[in-house]
Amino acid sequence: MSGSDVGGEGVRGARPGREAQVGKGLRRGDGGRRGRRRGGRGEKAMVPEAEFTSYYGKPILNPPVWKALDIAGYFFLGGLAGAGSVLAAGAQLTGRPATARALKISSLAAIGGSAAMLIHDLGRPGRFFNMLRVMKPTSPMSVGSWLLAAYGPAAGAAAVLDVAGRFPRLGGAATAGAAVLGPAVAAYTAVLAADTAVPAWHEAHRELPFVFVGSAAAAAAGMAMVVAPVRETGPMRTAAVFGSALELAAAKVLERRAGLAAEPYKRGGAGRLMRAGEVLAAAGTAGGVLLGGRSRAAAVVSGAALLAGSACTRFGVFQAGMQSARDPKYTVVPQRERLNARAAEAGV
Amino acid sequence: MSSLIGRNLLAGAESDVAADSGCTDHPPRMGFFTDTSVCIGCKACEVACKEWNAVPEDGLEFTGMSYDNTQGLSADTWRHVAFIEQNKPMGHAETGAGHGDGTDLRWLMASDVCKHCTHAACLDVCPTGSLFRTEFGTVVVQEDICNGCGYCIPACPYGVIDQRKGDGRAWKCTMCYDRLGAGQEPACAKACPTDSIQYGPLEELRERAALRVEQLHDIGVADARLYGHDPQDGVGGDGAFFLLLDEPEVYGLPPDPVVTTRDLPAMWKHAGLAAATLLGGLAAVFAVHGPRGGAR
Repeated sequence: MSGSDVGGEGVRGARPGREAQVGKGLRRGDGGRRGRRRGGRGEKAMVPEAEFTSYYGKPILNPPVWKALDIAGYFFLGGLAGAGSVLAAGAQLTGRPATARALKISSLAAIGGSAAMLIHDLGRPGRFFNMLRVMKPTSPMSVGSWLLAAYGPAAGAAAVLDVAGRFPRLGGAATAGAAVLGPAVAAYTAVLAADTAVPAWHEAHRELPFVFVGSAAAAAAGMAMVVAPVRETGPMRTAAVFGSALELAAAKVLERRAGLAAEPYKRGGAGRLMRAGEVLAAAGTAGGVLLGGRSRAAAVVSGAALLAGSACTRFGVFQAGMQSARDPKYTVVPQRERLNARAAEAGV
Repeated sequence: MSSLIGRNLLAGAESDVAADSGCTDHPPRMGFFTDTSVCIGCKACEVACKEWNAVPEDGLEFTGMSYDNTQGLSADTWRHVAFIEQNKPMGHAETGAGHGDGTDLRWLMASDVCKHCTHAACLDVCPTGSLFRTEFGTVVVQEDICNGCGYCIPACPYGVIDQRKGDGRAWKCTMCYDRLGAGQEPACAKACPTDSIQYGPLEELRERAALRVEQLHDIGVADARLYGHDPQDGVGGDGAFFLLLDEPEVYGLPPDPVVTTRDLPAMWKHAGLAAATLLGGLAAVFAVHGPRGGAR
């Protein structure tokens, strides 16, 4: 299979042998071909390659047909909007009106953009209203659609009434409503991904919501640093510390607990995105805390780094799921181990 | 219909799926038993399915995967015959097709199809209600409702349902719902010349399958085993189950599939905790800083 070409669609041009293959998944080592291997052999020796059988190396699952830009972009923008609404309410309550207004506008823009992405990703965009045809707690997408149907207007009213300066009490209620629904918007997308058979997402279902809300808080704090005056952004810098710490800690727990399903988060394109997310989050947080209170330019650069870091994490999580769905190893090996353990238990 | 209140219907054995979906006075649960030990790889099932359901062409490609150029189930392939060539003996049979090195050759063929799970993840996660449970206990997509969100595709632990290119909606085996309603058997089962694909009431098929495994074991085919027959498995048992001659993964089937929604309560719980952490954490941040002009 050395002549095969692992691309965005999986393996192209592979001509497998005639036997069902043992220990030959789509790829050996890390995610397909890449220019350089960091860490060399020492890194790989930590996890010995699992032996398993597959049907000509074909994936067991049909990988998601979701487009990365639409869905990972939606995860990012949904988080930015949701956490932004919480920060906006906090800023308003503590006498930071410029920050509050800026975040309300960014939340409205982000949720509008994410709704557009969701509709764009549909196979039949004209039928997006069918999402509100039923209410189904077993479908995170149904729950999310209703959540957006409630949150979107609240975030919209909060922003529009603030800018227009009309109906302050109604605006306050909308701001409070968006702040209460915002965390749900930021967290439910993790369930959306986890409630699938995709190993890297499903096995991470305990940690993924915390990664997502942490990433959302960091992104919203970053946005505040970019758009709000420095004299008001003290709490935003602390929020960036809180968000980044939560995101990085949850990602570490995920990588330790998810077993083989954590591997895609460290390999190939997903691995690079996750690392970039970590570095940008750490750099943006450090820059914001150390310099963001003094220099407007430093605050903008740090905020942009936080936003970019959050986006990298979301795209990394998305990519890790795609990698784990395309390689039968991640489906077969844990299930086979589970069966063997059960058989051993029954045998004793 | 017995009350659904207080019952966990996300996983585990479920004796009457049609009633639990709201069908009163329904026929018995119908299913497929695919006995791969008598499959001859003729692909009549693939052809009959395409003909009856007017499924479009799914690509003409030479794969080199034995006689399998279909490759797997998809939006445009609702029956897929797998071909596996192995250097292993088949019971006491002598094929005369050995490699002269003391090993024998066996050629496994198996017609794969949608499993019509007792706990169908595709149905659980469908946000529009397009996927539904029929009175026969099968799982069907209503194509006039589907908006092509694609959620069912990664939810399926077997890789069955998929999005049709250029159409945008999700498609899969309907177990010929239109034929069932008229008292006919599905097209694939009708066309199968060896009765490798058997259609009937699921209970009856399970009994027949148990006898068949016993029979095969008696004549020395120790490898014979059932797959998807057990109501206690991760998907509550399949409406379409199989007799296989090797491990499931050899045929491209997951060895121990679990319906993803089994863990959904845990997922919502963790998401709720995470949302509360976000709200509480940011509230604490503002509490520490206090009103502007105050602390810092």
